Amino acid sequence: MDPAMHDKCQWPLFEVFIRARGGLDHKHVGSLHASDARMAIDHARDLYTRRQEGVSIWVVRSTDITASDPEEAEALFEPARDKIYRHPTFYDIPDEVKTL
Amino acid sequence: MYTQALDVQGLDAAAPVDEGALERRFQARIDREEKIEPKDWMPARYRATLVRQISQHAHSEIVGMLPEGNWITRAPTLLRKSILIAKVQDEGGHGAYLYGAAETLGVSRDQLVDQLLSGKAKYSSIFNYPTPTWADVGAIGWLVDGAAIMNQIPLCRCSYGPYARAMVRVCREESFHQRQGYDIMLRLCQGSAEQKRMAQVALDRWWWPALMMFGPHDADSTHSSDSQRWKIKRISNDDLRQKFVDFTVPQAKFLGLTPPDPKLRWNEELGRHEFGEIDWNEFNQVLKGNGPCNAERLAARRRAHSQGAWVREAAMAYAEKQRLRSAGRAA
Repeated sequence: MDPAMHDKCQWPLFEVFIRARGGLDHKHVGSLHASDARMAIDHARDLYTRRQEGVSIWVVRSTDITASDPEEAEALFEPARDKIYRHPTFYDIPDEVKTL
Repeated sequence: MYTQALDVQGLDAAAPVDEGALERRFQARIDREEKIEPKDWMPARYRATLVRQISQHAHSEIVGMLPEGNWITRAPTLLRKSILIAKVQDEGGHGAYLYGAAETLGVSRDQLVDQLLSGKAKYSSIFNYPTPTWADVGAIGWLVDGAAIMNQIPLCRCSYGPYARAMVRVCREESFHQRQGYDIMLRLCQGSAEQKRMAQVALDRWWWPALMMFGPHDADSTHSSDSQRWKIKRISNDDLRQKFVDFTVPQAKFLGLTPPDPKLRWNEELGRHEFGEIDWNEFNQVLKGNGPCNAERLAARRRAHSQGAWVREAAMAYAEKQRLRSAGRAA
């Protein structure tokens, strides 16, 4: 066999999200290659839940994710920084006023 | 995110860059203990160093399945077989986590596999030693996985996010590997004189190769200074090796076994063990491909890869057929 042989078809990449317990969000745990979504679920089961780490799996083709650009993070998130009035601690309420 | 295949918006808006300034900003982030993520700017050498280290690590996990996989059918009890299957499956999983982390740096799985199969990529020298007896399976778990844990725990804090996260997962699983190995040694040492002798011979076989796993002396290590500045490597080879010896010698003593080093002794003044010099010629020979099992290991990987080719192709053909069918229904 030619050791440098390339596969004709590399299986596409999927991102894997696992719900650890009922009531929690699905959380990104990593990625894997699979020929289709069904196989990606099977592989995710073997790869990421060998020790009961999950009760539910989501997979999504990596190419179907659109991400924000880290270079633009400042411009993207900066507008929230000076809006401290969005936090309850911004407001001074007299001690006499209860349950507020 | 674990992928390079993401569609990042606004790349074409990039302004001309000042590499020096970017590199200073990068180092400042590392110095502040921030994690570097796949889409962040990074120096080309940082990227190349990580691809080399993570892929070598992944290859080691994959080749590492072979010496133990060899014993699955001959493990002495059904429970030992189940344990060994679980351990070997973990090693395959660790390889997959690590290939995934390497792929975030812009290298494809095919390229990485090619580098292993063509003999271009290195993997840990330890897996080129044979496992002639059941005690070798115990010694591997105890010593080889023990040394691996020692190496890997500081990597959980490595500056590159995907590598650090993969290592957290690996380390969580690795402890079972070491304990099941020690458990095998313990049972052998509590058994007949012949069984205990078998355990001693396995220790004799794996002691020095395990010490070699920490790599060359700090003074001779070619990649160390960059890796330490970039916080990829946080503890030096010699410091980790010393720690391993200090941890392992009492464990051997409890088993009633003796590491094969006449110079090994406790230095009360320094509060650590002294030990003899590693045979670096042997280390270099094994690394160059002249170890007892190099050819056999690579041949086994090549055979598995070529014999599995039709499965990979058939799965893709099936997926494509399903996609066309559902597209036809939708039209």
